[in-house]
Amino acid sequence: MNLLAYEFMQRALLAAFVTGLAAPAVGTYLVQRRQALMGDGIGHVAVTGVAVGLLTGASPTLTAVVVAILASVLIEIVRDRGSTSGDVALALLFYGGIAGGVLITGLAGQSAATLNRYLFGSITTVDGQDIWITTVLAVVLVVVAIGLAPRLFAVAHDPDFAKVAGLHVRGYNMLVSVLAAVTVTVAMRTVGLLLVSALMVVPVATAQQLTKTFRETLLAAMALGTVASVGGVLVSAQVDAAPGATIVLLALAGFAAAWPVGMWLRRRRRLAEPFGDVEDEFGLDDEHTVVPEEHAHAHGPECGHPAVPHGDHVDYLHGGHRHAPHGGHYDEH
Amino acid sequence: MNVLEVRDGGVVLGGRPILRGIDLTVSSGEVVAVLGANGSGKSTLVRTILGLNPLRRGSVELFGTPLDRFRDWRRVGFVPQRMSATAGVPASVWEVVASGRLSHRRPLQPMRRADRQAIRAAIEAVGLDGRSRDGCGTLSGGQQQRVLIARALAGRPELLVLDEPMAGVDLENQDVFASILGRLIDQGTTIVLVAHELGPLEPLIRRTVVMRDGRVAYDGPPLESFRDIPHDHGHHVVRGQADYSPDVATPLERAEGEVGKP
Repeated sequence: MNLLAYEFMQRALLAAFVTGLAAPAVGTYLVQRRQALMGDGIGHVAVTGVAVGLLTGASPTLTAVVVAILASVLIEIVRDRGSTSGDVALALLFYGGIAGGVLITGLAGQSAATLNRYLFGSITTVDGQDIWITTVLAVVLVVVAIGLAPRLFAVAHDPDFAKVAGLHVRGYNMLVSVLAAVTVTVAMRTVGLLLVSALMVVPVATAQQLTKTFRETLLAAMALGTVASVGGVLVSAQVDAAPGATIVLLALAGFAAAWPVGMWLRRRRRLAEPFGDVEDEFGLDDEHTVVPEEHAHAHGPECGHPAVPHGDHVDYLHGGHRHAPHGGHYDEH
Repeated sequence: MNVLEVRDGGVVLGGRPILRGIDLTVSSGEVVAVLGANGSGKSTLVRTILGLNPLRRGSVELFGTPLDRFRDWRRVGFVPQRMSATAGVPASVWEVVASGRLSHRRPLQPMRRADRQAIRAAIEAVGLDGRSRDGCGTLSGGQQQRVLIARALAGRPELLVLDEPMAGVDLENQDVFASILGRLIDQGTTIVLVAHELGPLEPLIRRTVVMRDGRVAYDGPPLESFRDIPHDHGHHVVRGQADYSPDVATPLERAEGEVGKP
């Protein structure tokens, strides 16, 4: 592995490691809120941000962060309003973002190849300053995603309850949106804007196949994301393939492997308790037949029907049947 | 002391007046059932008390503090109608109940022993011990409802507000629920409960508030039936104000052969 001796390779691996850790951490909250495609949308809008950077000569990473955060705030406002056309509004924003990006890149006199570096990632061209920014932002993302986990979980799980618990629901929702925007720009150099959502969502989907709790899902997704990300860089270096695409395909391969296991686990769980914890008062199971017949009286010691002890209760012989009182009706025994 | 006070409360949702002229005072230790037909505004009333719906007129006070300045949310517990549709990521019983302790924890503050104890006790109180590591998605509807009750109990609230907690819950779970509520009442918890019908809770309720068309129609000890609610208005139809006017027939209501005639 003499490749590791190269400085650009070390930087690439560090960038892959921190993005692989941070993207699924934020992605878990997006999946929980059923906004799996939000990262994709912000990624589209960030293309405009990159293009603005290319046009003005500012750092494309910086302009992408600013534009992505503005977009995420706008998306969250649309979502919060709960307007029925929110879906369409988001679509307008996304396509406007990518079209604007391509147009402005052209105006800046840059070739499509330049834009491609951001659309599909170019982890091997990460320089010393980029790696600093990426690492610091990724650490912030992980600290917030894990440190505020109980609150972010509660807000996404049941906003009404969270509000009655005194949490600032709108603020936390906005925070998740902004975290997603920052993640998109952090992962931009690793997997590219068009594939960033995959690194946020696929490890979570994979983790869910095997986990039962939110915490397990969060941590497992982070581990899977890191493995896919670092592994993707190493594999792509060996076979000389595009790192971003390799990372995403590795993550998808993980899902393809976990899915049958998840199916098997769920099936086994279902077979283990076919009737849940339904308790039958009389210890009966398959012979529980409710009698529709009207009773003019309640069966009891005084009713005159022959009483037959049956296990832990008494049946009453009645017109050729044995009736057992059960709640408000009689069972045929 | 008044735990809850609503004065001249009015709520408008989507341009339609839902509640009007609501006056309601609940003092410490009271057990109040809010009853009424579908659409009578009973759920809106409790959601407004908790600040989940904006108040258009009047005022709401919790523990003597106006709602917009009220910060002591750890004194209030809330049990919603049902668990929000299973979210995209699995959540265990323990995790959901643990969010009931958030009003006792500052952001970034790790869970303390008292929090763990309260969560464990709440799960035990609803009879779900042994299932705390199970995903909520694998529980039955009645058990999910118990998880929501445990979540509210974990915060050890002084005022517990329940919005139709027994809708769609079987008789066995309703009995469990009644016994939990009975214990809370013995501990002096103030309870405001929205219900469609009381079922096994009936012996616990000492005061009922009956809602009708967004107003309080009755407030007092439980009645035998809704029909006993005293009326102080006459029954007469005001023409032109009703949605349905007997003078105007829709095309479908016209007799055959009449269609098309002026």
